Amino acid sequence: MNRKRIVVLGLVFAMLLGVFALAGCGKTEDTTDGTTDGTTEPVAEELTGAINVEGSDTLVNVAGAWADAFMTENPGVMISVKGGGSGTGIAALINGTVDFADASREIKDEEIQQASDNGIDPVEHRVAIDGIAIVVNSGNGVEALTMDQLGKIYRGEITNWKDVGGADKAIVLLSRDSSSGTYEYFKEAVVGKDAEYAKEAKLLPSNQAIADEVKANDAAIGYIGLGYLTPDVKVVAVDGVKASVETAKDGSYPISRYLYMYSNGELSDVMQAYLDWILGSDGQKIVADEGFVPLQ
Amino acid sequence: MAISTDTKRGRALGRTASRRATEVVVRALVFACGWLAIVILAAIAVFLLTNGLRSIDEVGLGTMLTGTSWYPTSNNAQFGFLPLILGSLFVTGVALVVSVPVGVGAAVYLSEFAGRGFKEVAKSVVEFMAAVPSVVYGLIGVAVLIPWVRTTFQLDSGMTALTGGIVLGVMSIPTVLSISEDALHAVPESLRQASLALGNTRWQTTYKVVVPAASSGIFAAVMLGLGRAIGETMAVLMLTGNAAVMPTGVFESVRTMTGTIAAEMGEVVRKGLHYSALFSVGLVLFAMTFAINLAADLVLERQRKRWRR
Repeated sequence: MNRKRIVVLGLVFAMLLGVFALAGCGKTEDTTDGTTDGTTEPVAEELTGAINVEGSDTLVNVAGAWADAFMTENPGVMISVKGGGSGTGIAALINGTVDFADASREIKDEEIQQASDNGIDPVEHRVAIDGIAIVVNSGNGVEALTMDQLGKIYRGEITNWKDVGGADKAIVLLSRDSSSGTYEYFKEAVVGKDAEYAKEAKLLPSNQAIADEVKANDAAIGYIGLGYLTPDVKVVAVDGVKASVETAKDGSYPISRYLYMYSNGELSDVMQAYLDWILGSDGQKIVADEGFVPLQ
Repeated sequence: MAISTDTKRGRALGRTASRRATEVVVRALVFACGWLAIVILAAIAVFLLTNGLRSIDEVGLGTMLTGTSWYPTSNNAQFGFLPLILGSLFVTGVALVVSVPVGVGAAVYLSEFAGRGFKEVAKSVVEFMAAVPSVVYGLIGVAVLIPWVRTTFQLDSGMTALTGGIVLGVMSIPTVLSISEDALHAVPESLRQASLALGNTRWQTTYKVVVPAASSGIFAAVMLGLGRAIGETMAVLMLTGNAAVMPTGVFESVRTMTGTIAAEMGEVVRKGLHYSALFSVGLVLFAMTFAINLAADLVLERQRKRWRR
């Protein structure tokens, strides 16, 4: 009975780690489903081929919508999209198992090094802009913060709402998890490159979790991507500008960043066509529909 | 050894050579399956160690185990496991406070007092509880428990070690209950009859004779429940707020080892220092759960020898 339990425990562990191991080797199951070899014959009229995309969870909804729309227009093309995180996507690109890696952060030096060791030449393509909105509970009286105040709040130097013109109440800091590209971007842009988030900051696993907690907690402050903004939380103006698609587009909103797709060296015809389509008006319209900011 | 003696017996019974060969092959297979579990376990340990080696080498196991800051993505990256280990222990502690009284109490009731029909129904319900996915528990926790904890204890935020611990406690009740119930059930009927014959009431028999007799099994149940709670990931990730502070009480947000691995693994640079450090966290967790389960197994084995039947 109990020995059985231990065996079961062992097997479960093994399965979990097996998954890690496979991910680590980049031998994710998509190598076996026959759609991987991404190479295509250059056909003039009708596009055919398969494209594998993997990476950022921030981009995954947009990437899925792109793939659906593009496949409807070009029935000969098969596009598979997977999330998992920017690091996962870039690792897959380095291992040569995907054609495009979605990323909500720039590729790191260490990863470029690994790629060149593997004979991969990562090429960066900017595909959209993401604005990061600062949100508080709708019952919170604070309407605007400066970048300086925001930095102090997130470094733990300001801990009470009364110091920024609100009620006498301790600030509950909410942040995305350190795995998120958003976490790193926000750290660079707001907290400071060499500073640290306050240890008291709660790190939540998703944009939705932050929105939920801000909705329920009148002392909370958090940041979420524009695409995940809901009307039941209050957006705080930063340096006098409120986060919106317009202000992120014209550059007046200070906390916005590019979202990327990485490919290996020269693009095949079908990949080039897909990328051109993404950067064209159809693809960028989907970016706007999903709540992100189009490039033009 | 066992195989050769059995083949000899097979020959004596006049079996054909092919049947004997089949038997040898099947026996070998079953034997291999038994060993496979051990091999897998060893492979896991080796795998964790090889992947964690870089961080052990560059940061040092001592520095990681005693470090109090977890800033894995900072320019001046710090990998201190202590907030994570303490976070796991705090949450698990709360879980035990919830699951042990309820689990053991229910086991005593089901084993000693409940009627047969009710017992069967209750056991299936409890087994069903174990089958509910942990995300579902997490969602219920987010919707109900986080606001409740915040208003009841007048905290700034309801995302605390307490919140995660309560949900984990509920999740480990089935483990504690079913194993305690097995232990109580294994106490020989003659002990109960002897106690009743001496004039003890049923209640006196239960708490003076049956429960002490099953105590090592109940202890093992608690340990396995603990193992279940410390390894749980999804629900704590959703409920504890994941702030990597050195916790001083259960009303604070904590970050557990499991939550850290789950949340960060997706974005790290493969084979990087952070990646390696996460494997070292996994190694610490593995060592802890392994020790807990081993202890539980040893205790349970002792009880089994005592009431062999």
